[in-house]
Amino acid sequence: MADAAVKEKIAEQLQELQKAEGSVNPADLVGIVESVIDSMEGDLTAVGLKVYADIEALARYINTARAEIADLRPDDINSEHLPAATDELTAIVGSTEQATHTIFEAVENIETLTEKMEPEIAEQVSAAVTSIFEACGFQDITGQRITKVVTALQQIESKVDALLQAFGDDIKVDGDSKASTKKKTAPSGAPARPDEDLLNGPQLPENAISQDDIDALFG
Amino acid sequence: MSSVDMGMQILIVDDYKTMLRIIRNLLKQLGFNNVDEATDGSAALQKLRDKEYHLVISDWNMEPMSGMQLLTEVRADTKLKDLPFIMITAESKTENVIAAKQAGVSNYIVKPFNAATLKTKLAAVLGNF
Repeated sequence: MADAAVKEKIAEQLQELQKAEGSVNPADLVGIVESVIDSMEGDLTAVGLKVYADIEALARYINTARAEIADLRPDDINSEHLPAATDELTAIVGSTEQATHTIFEAVENIETLTEKMEPEIAEQVSAAVTSIFEACGFQDITGQRITKVVTALQQIESKVDALLQAFGDDIKVDGDSKASTKKKTAPSGAPARPDEDLLNGPQLPENAISQDDIDALFG
Repeated sequence: MSSVDMGMQILIVDDYKTMLRIIRNLLKQLGFNNVDEATDGSAALQKLRDKEYHLVISDWNMEPMSGMQLLTEVRADTKLKDLPFIMITAESKTENVIAAKQAGVSNYIVKPFNAATLKTKLAAVLGNF
């Protein structure tokens, strides 16, 4: 088969692919296929054409996948979203633990008072106190479950990191240009809120100031 | 009359302070007041070698030394091998319970648990009180 006939055949295939999937520049892929053709010797066969078609389809698939992954902003996921989610979950464990110990303080005080109560009343109060202690076991269980989620997030983080390493810096550059456009408008297309940068609460404990500090600011 | 010495030394081991406090309070309600705490197996093992205890109540999933590792160490220690050892854990698969039993655990309580369960298991290990 002559080179011109091969190119014509490939061009036809690419046009069909473009109709089917869109978004890929056929000129790029023709270049790829041409380079493959140039590297081959002898006449093309039907099998050879099939191989070329598969190669160009693979190239297109990789390009599309790369663009889609860049759109997902994997660098943001790793540097911002996953660590933030991990911090929030860890803060939940800390908050529930603190609240549980506050409950313990109160309940232990109540239990101490049972010595001054009528025996029948003291027994009822003591039973209620026991129920509270038992119920507070939720903090241990939820804490362990959340810790498992945090571990899973850390594993995802390492996988995304491996993905970033595999695709290199190009994927970050692609994502940056698209994301910078997105940040300027709200999903509806309206301008972003002017106080958007202030809307980050509730704060993690290490980033928060106390009520006393706030009161002091008001003099 | 109870055959159990209510003044016995008990060591409770858990990496969650909440659970340590729950177990301590429930033991107190049952009449056991001599309770020490450790937050992992290695710290517990050190306490067991430094002081005489009559019962260990331990969680399983802890770092760096787990409750199972602690149990294995205890059973391998000529001075500690007969120490009653109750596991209180969220590990509730059959294979976990079997493994603990094979390692020589005295009894096994799955979280979340209640005071009645704790009392029953203590009685099973120590005798009625």
